[in-house]
Amino acid sequence: MEPLTPQRLKELEEVAARVRARILLAVHHAGAGHVGGPLSCTDMLVALYFHILNVDPNRPDWEDRDRFILSKGHSTIALYTVLAERGYFPLEELFTFDAIDSRMQGHPDMTKTPGIDMSSGSLGQGLSPGLGMALGARLLGKSFRTYVILGDGESQEGQIWEAAFVAARYQLDNLTAILDYNGLQQYGWRNAPGEHMFPPIENPAQKWQAFGWRVIETDGHDMAQFTAAVEEAQTTRGKPTLIIAHTVKGKGVSFMEDQYDWHARVPTQQELVAALAELGQSDLLVISQGGD
Amino acid sequence: MTTTKAQRVAFGETLVELIDQDPRILVLDGDLANSTRADIVANARPERFFEMGIAEQNMAGVAAGLATLGFIPFISTFAAFSAKRDLDQIRVVIAQPGLHVIITGAYSGILTGKTGKTHQSVEDITIFRAMPNMTVVAPADDVEVRKAMHALVYDLNGPAYLRLTRDPYKTIFDDSYHFQIGKGVVLADGEDVALIGTGEQTVRCLEAADLLAAEGIRAYVLHLPTIKPLDEEAIIYAARRTGRVVTAEDHTILGGLGGAVAETLGEHYPTPMKRVGWRDVYGESADNNALLEKYGLTPRHIAEAAKALLK
Ligand SMILES: Cc1ncc(C[n+]2csc(CCOP(=O)(O)OP(=O)(O)O)c2C)c(N)n1
Repeated sequence: MEPLTPQRLKELEEVAARVRARILLAVHHAGAGHVGGPLSCTDMLVALYFHILNVDPNRPDWEDRDRFILSKGHSTIALYTVLAERGYFPLEELFTFDAIDSRMQGHPDMTKTPGIDMSSGSLGQGLSPGLGMALGARLLGKSFRTYVILGDGESQEGQIWEAAFVAARYQLDNLTAILDYNGLQQYGWRNAPGEHMFPPIENPAQKWQAFGWRVIETDGHDMAQFTAAVEEAQTTRGKPTLIIAHTVKGKGVSFMEDQYDWHARVPTQQELVAALAELGQSDLLVISQGGD
Repeated sequence: MTTTKAQRVAFGETLVELIDQDPRILVLDGDLANSTRADIVANARPERFFEMGIAEQNMAGVAAGLATLGFIPFISTFAAFSAKRDLDQIRVVIAQPGLHVIITGAYSGILTGKTGKTHQSVEDITIFRAMPNMTVVAPADDVEVRKAMHALVYDLNGPAYLRLTRDPYKTIFDDSYHFQIGKGVVLADGEDVALIGTGEQTVRCLEAADLLAAEGIRAYVLHLPTIKPLDEEAIIYAARRTGRVVTAEDHTILGGLGGAVAETLGEHYPTPMKRVGWRDVYGESADNNALLEKYGLTPRHIAEAAKALLK
């Protein structure tokens, strides 16, 4: 991996701001989709696809590419947007999100979208195929790495822990899971309206360590820190690594941050305008074809 | 033409054979290798055998990941678990992407070695045939197991469910037999009644045909090792030829072979029918003969169904 220069970091931050705006535009246009979760993992996806992953947008099926799985598949609009920004398909295609015959399905579909390495959408399932890819890479003598982003709510699924156990058993140090630790899920254990009694998962570091994983904690919105965490994971030998990325659901738009309601809500035209202004991306509004 | 080779032994041996000729073949086990006989691989070709522990959902996902790299994984557990414990995983990461993973259901049907209803799979055919992209195969004997496994590797590029039995019964095919995915096999000609079987129940259809022959009734016997894609032409031909159809399966009569044949005939060639199989019940633990008798799965039951249609 190249060093992340301050100049490059600044560029990536600009990409991330644009991605956030395009996510909101696409959801607004589609009149459906998730918002909080995508904004939560946007910075990590940008860091991954623009700096960390060894991929080639012109050859999405390249055998030696690093693999990536968005296990929390409901955040797929963030992934589509990052892939489009990276050149996998035209940016305009984002406006076909959720439309009939579109390659931009409501959840990732590896049979439709270039750059999607595994289908997902039913939560809890992404780590296991990642394990299979990491195991397969070892069998094939290939050096590509596999990354999987997990939700913290998603971590309530038992299959995650089956995979955690088996990956450690096979000492898959070419496998890195990234926990989007934003402290919210869709509904969860609620208290008063808007307040939550319990985070989706407590002490993830302890749990994953107990399962035999290396655990690294980082800020999931600081791309330099996040990149350093991934570099550390790459040098770990004999065990898989979990990166606990501390994040904020709805990150980047003040009135969406840490709000249950923005898990899957479509912004009104007014909200869209306000959000894009906050993101410094008001110029993107003209390309919005939708609206109310 | 009797043999002592169980389908599960043929399964283990064929895996070794496939592994030796094809680097893509891998076996994933859900802690049942010494039952399913995937242990034949574990012992003979340990580098291609991966223990996944008692964690079927993860096993299905791992197989999907491996399949994206060009491997052809066989996932192995009991039929009772392979259809249900990891059904959503099979749906989302195997069937929907159309990945070439072979899901093997060992100890299918009612004959599970005195383990009872938790280990008997009454509805796996129904479940898997309802899944788009899925091929469903239930061989009649050890020879067909081997032939079918080769076909599922070389003549298919998508997910399949292979339904296997535990105990040795009878071998009806010899090595010259040619298995084709989606094709029925006519095993006896006759014009009074058609007996259509799948899996080991086809063998009992042949025995039922003998019982009927002793009473002067000539039965047409059609074996449908592939329940999906279904050989509709063969079914319609059998119905035309005889005007009466009995289906036989070690499985619920709801939505399995009997259901599939009824759907086909109902739409294309309405024909009086009887379905022999489990009648919407769960089983229990007992020895094989007692179970076949109590749940109505013997050759005599098949013959009686045929005679009822002839009345
Ligand atoms: C198996 C399954 N159950 C329920 C859902 C519905 N669902 C979609 S997103 C979500 C909450 C996910 O929370 P989390 O993993 O924390 O993601 P984030 O908060 O980052 O969006 C739920 C319950 C689903 N997609 N899959």
